[in-house]
Amino acid sequence: MAGSSDPGFDTLALHAGAAPDPATGARAVPIHLTTSFVFENSEHAASLFNMERSGHVYSRISNPTNAVLEERVAALEGGCGSIATASGQAALHLAIATLAGAGSHVVSSSALYGGSHNLLSYTLARFGIETTFVKPLDIDGWRAAIRPQTRLLFGETLGNPGLDVLDIPTVSTIAHDAGLPLLVDSTFTTPWLMKPFDHGADLIFHSATKFLSGHGTVIGGVLVDGGRFDWDASGRFPELTEPYAGFHGMVFSEESTVGAFLLRARREGLRDFGACMSPHTAWLILQGIETLPLRMARHVENTRKVVAFLAAHPLVAGVGYPELEGHPSHALAKQLLPRGCGSVFSFDMKGSRRQGQAFIEALKIFSHLANVGDCRSLVIHPASTTHFRMDDAALAAAGIKPGTIRLSIGLEDADDLVDDLKRAFKVAEKAA
Amino acid sequence: MKLQVDGREAYAYTGGKPFDSTLPCVVFVHGAGHDHSPWTLLARWLAHHGHGVLAVDLPGHRRSAGPLLPDVESLARWVLALLDAAGVARAALVGHSLGSLIVLEAAAKAPDRCSHLVMIGTAYPMKVSDALLATAAADPLRAMAMVNAWSISTLATKPGFPSPGNWHHGSDLALRRLVQASAPGVNLFHHDFDLCNRYAGGMQAAAKVRCPVTLILGCVDQMTPPRAARDIAAVLKARVVNVPGGHHMIIESPDATLAALRSALA
Repeated sequence: MAGSSDPGFDTLALHAGAAPDPATGARAVPIHLTTSFVFENSEHAASLFNMERSGHVYSRISNPTNAVLEERVAALEGGCGSIATASGQAALHLAIATLAGAGSHVVSSSALYGGSHNLLSYTLARFGIETTFVKPLDIDGWRAAIRPQTRLLFGETLGNPGLDVLDIPTVSTIAHDAGLPLLVDSTFTTPWLMKPFDHGADLIFHSATKFLSGHGTVIGGVLVDGGRFDWDASGRFPELTEPYAGFHGMVFSEESTVGAFLLRARREGLRDFGACMSPHTAWLILQGIETLPLRMARHVENTRKVVAFLAAHPLVAGVGYPELEGHPSHALAKQLLPRGCGSVFSFDMKGSRRQGQAFIEALKIFSHLANVGDCRSLVIHPASTTHFRMDDAALAAAGIKPGTIRLSIGLEDADDLVDDLKRAFKVAEKAA
Repeated sequence: MKLQVDGREAYAYTGGKPFDSTLPCVVFVHGAGHDHSPWTLLARWLAHHGHGVLAVDLPGHRRSAGPLLPDVESLARWVLALLDAAGVARAALVGHSLGSLIVLEAAAKAPDRCSHLVMIGTAYPMKVSDALLATAAADPLRAMAMVNAWSISTLATKPGFPSPGNWHHGSDLALRRLVQASAPGVNLFHHDFDLCNRYAGGMQAAAKVRCPVTLILGCVDQMTPPRAARDIAAVLKARVVNVPGGHHMIIESPDATLAALRSALA
């Protein structure tokens, strides 16, 4: 390390957390597919178990390949560390379960991925954790929803499905004034588009399945701690500031002033819930991250071309992309997302559900499936798939119209994507 | 563990076990802009291997009440007062960076109370560049980033501190920010580096030390390069142990630092 500052984003994307393997000289990160690690002797074993030494014991708790991924994502986010999990859902669950228990309360944006909404609305409620949902742009609503039992505020950097930009500076201030952390789902933006810790967020999670991995190959998640939230000063988190009977009376905030949250999440949450990541998955996500800066730039470049095409097309009623002036989050997007608003967005087609289906079926380059953030372009018609049981009124309540179509723009030639869409519009027109 | 030192509350981490003043005692003193937390692995190991451990937060740093003390000599007197408060007659004194100057001065002021002196990441004089001090005064966050970059020798700290998956560059910056915030109205970061820069009593103190002395130095330390400790090592007749890593070798090479510390305390 030379110079007076840490390396830049592109360098960290390639090097953070990784060095040539000292045992073999391997330059790429080795995949440590092993359940467990040999102790040097009994004393060494005991000291690892008692956290007198750092090291790997069992791959549910930590693994060298996973650790490279964890350091790399933390480096890119500007955090103090992270934990790789089995999925983005597992990362969200780990964050909440580390800070909240029966009787606790969460304040969440209502503009969420459906899986997150299910977890908060139904599953965690079954375990006694209640959630109040507020519209992400309703600043007074965030403040009013906080209760004495509240343990965190939560939102997505770009909300689902309308891409409402979370006002992280304001919402984090509301959280901090109440002695609470702000957790954000940064899946759609990645640290290349926005670093939420710089704007006041305290915890971040990713579905690494999406842009971090980038190739639609693996399911994984990462939970990152900024290390700046003062758990002791808050006074609301005895899980971190008082002795934990499950680990020899350890007081996590004494063990690590900045890493208390991650220590508890790893020593309790990974240990007991067990939603860990396979080292092979970690390796594939690392491969993706090495080209994240290049891919995100191209994702955004392609998206802008497709958005411009759609916004001018006579069969399109509206495009929900925050860079467009009419979007409700346009001003916030300019402030928080100057590099772009990602490559996942929805547009509304004029016409019926049948026309929407015809449009999707006519596409040749866009793949019709339920994922986003792949290097290949993807499409889904919510009214005939994810929300097909809803009538038109219920769809409207969910912010979805019969002609709403969600795109995830990939890395193909933008002209080919536009041609594909043009062809599909013609087919849809004939299906009227 | 909370103690009353000079009428104010002082905090010392005890290694995950209740402090026992009848055991051989080791006192850890942190560096500029830090608190006790970089010591926790070493402290836990010693506490679970027959030692009483006190890893302090210096006055005005996080859990110990302020105010900040004005010079290394005052901090050395505070360390000795802390021993009194803990009921400890004699202890091994271990310090990192600024902390190494404090324990040197304490060992000189009370030679009979210091069983071993261990100076980690040390140099004398510990001059701080005018550019860094000026930046620390005007833009502490920028100065913290500079110190961070100079203190950590690698982008791949293994096996990770305090556990795998931690990004040391981010951890250290976050720690400095939290410690700075614990002294409202005061630029703690600048204050601490100014203490290092102003301390002028090192050679006189070294001449008074009577216990075994070990210097543990990072091989590629850019903040306190090993060559900058040669003169003080000679006066102290110290054993010098070089370990892999930079100025933050405690965190970059925790096992090597533990091995060096164990041999120093043997």
